[in-house]
Amino acid sequence: MAGVIDMQNETELAVKQPIMTAKNVDVFYGKKQAIDNVSLDIPENEITSLIGPSGCGKSTFLRCFNRMNDTIDSCKVSGKIEFAGQDIYSPKVDVVALRARIGMVFQKANPFPKSIFENVAYGPRIHDLSSSKDELEHIVITSLKRAGLYDEVSDRLDDPGTSLSGGQQQRLCIARAIAVDPQIILMDEPCSALDPIATAIIEELMESMKRDYTIVIVTHSMAQAARISQKTAFFHLGKVIEYGETDKMFTSPDNELTQNYISGRIG
Amino acid sequence: MPDLNLITSDQLKKRHAKEARFQWYGRIAIMISLSFLVFMFVAIFYRGAGAFQQTKIGLDIDFSEALIDPQGTRDAEVIAGANFKPLITKSLAQVFPEAANRADKRAVYKLISSGSVFELGNMVKDNPNLIGTSRRVWLTATSEVDLFMKGKIDADIDEALRRLKDSDIARIEMLKDSGLIKRKFNTALFTNGDSREPEMAGILGAALGSFFSLLICFLISFPLGILTAVYLEEYAKKSRITDFIEVNINNLAAVPSIVFGLLGLSIFLNFFHLPRSTPLVGGMVLALMTLPTIIIASRSILRSVPKSIRDAALGLGASKTQTTFHHVVPLALPGMLTGTILGMARALGETAPLLMIGMVAFIVDIPKGVTDVATSLPVQIFLWADSPEKGFVERTSAAIIVLLIFLVLMNLLAVYLRRKLERRW
Repeated sequence: MAGVIDMQNETELAVKQPIMTAKNVDVFYGKKQAIDNVSLDIPENEITSLIGPSGCGKSTFLRCFNRMNDTIDSCKVSGKIEFAGQDIYSPKVDVVALRARIGMVFQKANPFPKSIFENVAYGPRIHDLSSSKDELEHIVITSLKRAGLYDEVSDRLDDPGTSLSGGQQQRLCIARAIAVDPQIILMDEPCSALDPIATAIIEELMESMKRDYTIVIVTHSMAQAARISQKTAFFHLGKVIEYGETDKMFTSPDNELTQNYISGRIG
Repeated sequence: MPDLNLITSDQLKKRHAKEARFQWYGRIAIMISLSFLVFMFVAIFYRGAGAFQQTKIGLDIDFSEALIDPQGTRDAEVIAGANFKPLITKSLAQVFPEAANRADKRAVYKLISSGSVFELGNMVKDNPNLIGTSRRVWLTATSEVDLFMKGKIDADIDEALRRLKDSDIARIEMLKDSGLIKRKFNTALFTNGDSREPEMAGILGAALGSFFSLLICFLISFPLGILTAVYLEEYAKKSRITDFIEVNINNLAAVPSIVFGLLGLSIFLNFFHLPRSTPLVGGMVLALMTLPTIIIASRSILRSVPKSIRDAALGLGASKTQTTFHHVVPLALPGMLTGTILGMARALGETAPLLMIGMVAFIVDIPKGVTDVATSLPVQIFLWADSPEKGFVERTSAAIIVLLIFLVLMNLLAVYLRRKLERRW
């Protein structure tokens, strides 16, 4: 059955208005179907994990939220995804405005080949968020502080962003996303290329960011999903097999497939 | 019991020998191609080096007012219209008093290049105060004298087989003894246009023709090429039309350059009636030829900009155009410039298409703009190589040296720009 949602959780979600809802979403790459009739609600100011084996469509689904799939010619999205009550695939929606509200952090840290300052300042610049140089500087410094990077780079903001270590680069990307002041931050396996210490720092950071932002994270590490997220969705072959509270999912999953994946029998 | 022996000596020997053999094949290939190159350079420099020096004959010229400007007007037109030949013949008569009859006098005058009267004329035009004074002037010797001084005419062969007679040689020896004949740096080579007299011929006209052609070529092909490449690579959706365009660009890059010349002839000259033999049309034809090269190079550079940079900018809410022009193009620009310069270097050496649009004429004037008739460096080399006068042999090699220097400079510029502007990620 497609998109099985635990009844008890659904009533709970209804209490707290979700910031983002996906209804009957299908995604095709050419003729190949990557996402099959997925419906999912993303609660505000919480961390939602999308887990599942490689190729299950969790990254594809994440990229539907800020329409990054638009950049792939062969990709077709159908169904409805709403952000604060508006259909984001409506032709009236400006993708530029959407992506300013919904930021993204990628699997591989991808700072621009520019200075640390310019990396963070780029977003506010293109969206005209600051009226003066001082204001821009303020935004950059606040964003770097929120990303927990400021203390490490405060004396070398003019150094190239690419000169930082892998973990620092990823936090720079987070600061860059924060600088535009989004509501939601999408993270596509942000720790997969990092060592355990850098991963721990980023996980801590996400915990503290939860107050201000809604985070949706794709991860292949079940331990990470269990540590940081409040909600977890398990994807398998383009379908959501189970979606609910993380604690319940990892202790007593309803579905046998989920049970098998979590215990490491499939994957 | 498994076989734990690590030494397979027979096989090992064969393998080592094979590896050594292949390395040697490579080295030999490099040595052969290097030796061709060295041979070519040595041959060109050996022949061309002489052209950078020119034999001059020192004459005491009396700039008599009666001959140049009898009315004393000092008017530029009067000076330009004056006949300077008597000045030279008078001075020559003092040096060679024994040459009394007309034939001898003519032979003596022939030691000096026929272009010398213009040299004198220009001197006086630039400095009218010379009139009425007397001073020593070093006048360009004729090509035969020059060749003799450089040891390229053998005095031992039969007099009937050489253009320099024994009496001429005797006079040259006399000038040598009195220190009135000298080899000086050949400035005319760099300041004159083409000429029928080898000693007066220079490459400035051809070099400027090449410069103007390349300027037009750059102004057309760089923006067109870059915009085409950016659009095809960043914006255009893959479709049958883009496939068709791509195949055609690749085909155009392989079209022989003379075909572009014919195209220019039939379209630019015969249909649009643009001025014949001009750098304007030459540059347009070269631009057609260079465009595919620039597009292909630029596209491959754009393709090498990592997708993650595009994703980063798009994910921040940058529009397609912002992403392209803030991030992708700046990263690709050094490579695009390099590709363009290499394309231009190829255009600089191109001869065949220019022959088709008439840039092969004998043109003495130095072009002042893109619509003046001109030749180009490689065409000038072709023209000089075709000339029967012996004096053009070394000029041809000298022009080749100059062209090679320009090509090397352009390639160095490409390398420099790439090193200087390249940003790593």
